[in-house]
Amino acid sequence: MDYQFHWRPVIQALPDLLKASLVTLQVSLIAMALGLMIGLVLYFFRASQLRVLRGFGSTWVEIARNTPSLFQIFVFYWGLGEFGIFLSSYTAVVAALTFNCAGYMAETYRGGFNAVNPGQDKAARTLGMTRFQSMRYVVLPQVLRAIYGPMTNQFTWVILASSLGMLAGLRELSGETQYFNSRTFRTFEFFAATAVIYYLIAKMALLLMALLGRPLFKAERAKS
Amino acid sequence: MTDVFTTLQWSDLIFLLEGAWKTIQISVVSILLGTLLGMVFGWLMSLNNKLITFAVMAVLDVFRSVPLLIQLILFDSFVAIAGFPLPAFWSGTIVLIIYTASLVAVVVHSGIDAVPPGLRAAARCLGMSYWQEMRHVTTPVGLRTAFPSWLGVALATIKDSALVSAIGYVELLRASQILNTRTQESVKIMLLVGLIYFIISYPLSRLGARYEQRQKS
Repeated sequence: MDYQFHWRPVIQALPDLLKASLVTLQVSLIAMALGLMIGLVLYFFRASQLRVLRGFGSTWVEIARNTPSLFQIFVFYWGLGEFGIFLSSYTAVVAALTFNCAGYMAETYRGGFNAVNPGQDKAARTLGMTRFQSMRYVVLPQVLRAIYGPMTNQFTWVILASSLGMLAGLRELSGETQYFNSRTFRTFEFFAATAVIYYLIAKMALLLMALLGRPLFKAERAKS
Repeated sequence: MTDVFTTLQWSDLIFLLEGAWKTIQISVVSILLGTLLGMVFGWLMSLNNKLITFAVMAVLDVFRSVPLLIQLILFDSFVAIAGFPLPAFWSGTIVLIIYTASLVAVVVHSGIDAVPPGLRAAARCLGMSYWQEMRHVTTPVGLRTAFPSWLGVALATIKDSALVSAIGYVELLRASQILNTRTQESVKIMLLVGLIYFIISYPLSRLGARYEQRQKS
């Protein structure tokens, strides 16, 4: 192997790479937050009595889950041009990841709601709570506990998937790496450094989710 | 000015279908070999040896914590500088195999864990050897919990095979981009490509849903 590794360009670019990681975090957080909200709406759509809503929800979920996320990013980035809609890389990537997250979270919510005994809701209603109150104070907290694990996985997934932004010209961590790569041709060194940064971000995200989840599982900890 | 872009032709459909065939090839090879490899890792993790479990888990976790796209580029550039460049199909597929294996290992591990230890001990007490017990007790029982998750992994692999396009392999997604650039008829092409992906993966996801329902009842 007569390849000389040159790490200096990577070290010089490190501040820019770290700055670009903030874009990665931003994109992932927005997509995850929107995905969580829209996913819940989609879940209610799919559980609704109205066929139109059910159809809409199911179509969204099935497309999101059965086509590649990279394809979804391309659709938002290039596919809408014929309709005169031109999204920036940033908007397209956030929209595509949101679309995907919402689809997956809708399924996760379904599992979460199924895990809550219907008797809980009935008991709360019998005690005089309104439908909304029962949902807010009795059912949702339990659903949240049930979906917290899958939600954490989904969050990690979004962070990693945001790397696809590179292929739609977004200067997040991967895109920035590619930019430096095209200037220095130190492909291996740059992407190795980026791999390490992604690993650290993913671990930090897990830690963050574990800390955020602590109040949620307080009751269970007290029991044991 | 004459047209720079040429319109879509029927031959382009064949071009797309060729891409789809390559997507299927990558997926099938990656799922098969990835599953075999993942079964070995999963089995290693379920041996009652904390050191092995921890080591295998930590290594496989790296593959699950770094974006697949980065792994592809990294491996592709690594084989090039190491002096044995591989065709894009193989460097892509090798990365996908290891990635799939890292996911399957978790599925297999939890599948084996789901088998009640008493059941396994009972089989051994009846005189079965370790491998007989593995083959006739743990595998069929563990498969029941592991199968739906394994389907999920297989589905993910099919979809993730689209990333191999990033290192220059012309599979379905890349083929669609080439057509896109030439014809500028993005809507038709993307609808078609989305449909092809959907047709490939939807039966698998239905199968998973059906299996899940059957287990519940």
